[in-house]
Amino acid sequence: MTDIGLGHYLTLSAVIFSIGIIGIFLNRKNIIVILMSIELILLAVNINLVAFSIFLGDIAGQVFTLFILTVAAAEAAIGLAIIVVYYRNSGTIRVEEINKLKG
Amino acid sequence: MIAHSIFFYTFSIIAVISAIMVTVSKNTVHSVFFLILDFISISCLFIMIGAEFLGMIMLIVYVGAVAVLFLFVVMMLNVAQQKNQWFASEESSGHIPVGLIISTIIFFELIIVIGGWKYKPDLFDLNNSVNNFSVSNTHSLGQVLYTDYIHVFQLSGMILLVAMIGAIVLTFRQRTGVKKQSYIKQISRERSEGVEVLDIETNKGVKIDD
Repeated sequence: MTDIGLGHYLTLSAVIFSIGIIGIFLNRKNIIVILMSIELILLAVNINLVAFSIFLGDIAGQVFTLFILTVAAAEAAIGLAIIVVYYRNSGTIRVEEINKLKG
Repeated sequence: MIAHSIFFYTFSIIAVISAIMVTVSKNTVHSVFFLILDFISISCLFIMIGAEFLGMIMLIVYVGAVAVLFLFVVMMLNVAQQKNQWFASEESSGHIPVGLIISTIIFFELIIVIGGWKYKPDLFDLNNSVNNFSVSNTHSLGQVLYTDYIHVFQLSGMILLVAMIGAIVLTFRQRTGVKKQSYIKQISRERSEGVEVLDIETNKGVKIDD
């Protein structure tokens, strides 16, 4: 139980970032969980920015965290709208069955 | 300082465990709930280290808007009960080692960067460093946000507007076979279309054809 420094927060953010990447690869059931994993990755980036902002005494990191929050909300809204439209057209959002692009 | 350590470890352990549960949970609704728990614990961390405004905004935006949106879509699409089968089908299980290897590599790269990172000595000579604690976090954030970053701020507003319009346009659909009220049609009706005066002889009656 030493003093909590910048490294602790950066380590926490690295752990959450890695869990988000694992989630993208691991989840083959539906695409909503992949969107949630992207939210986790953005959350890790936010932790990084806020920790640097606090420990270096520069407020700009928090301003950019605010903008990342805005972009994340917009991205979630657009992504969920696309998912709703896709489900309406094809009846499934399972990742394995989304193969219209033949990728 | 010991309280700081205790709170940090508590909230970070909760955050990491709930992040793991988001990815491995079998039910999608449970995943959304663990995502909410993750956001709450991270915003507690933000409040704890002195970024109160961002912590509160995080609660409002993520827990209040984004997570509810996720929950709404999950319940609307009826995918909550789909069984998780990432170990059952062999074609998808080929992705799992790749994902584990990639994320492990990224994690250790980040840890190496964090471990080898040092403060640059003249880093604290920044112009906009906020070292006076006389103003609150919200105050100092607003002082910078509405002066130096006003164009970026307005640009983010435009991004939200575009996202709103895009979501509406994507999910809007014209249904066929639904009776709708058309105000223009109602207002522009003339008397001659609706009412007809008939000359009827006495004791003959009238035949109304429909």
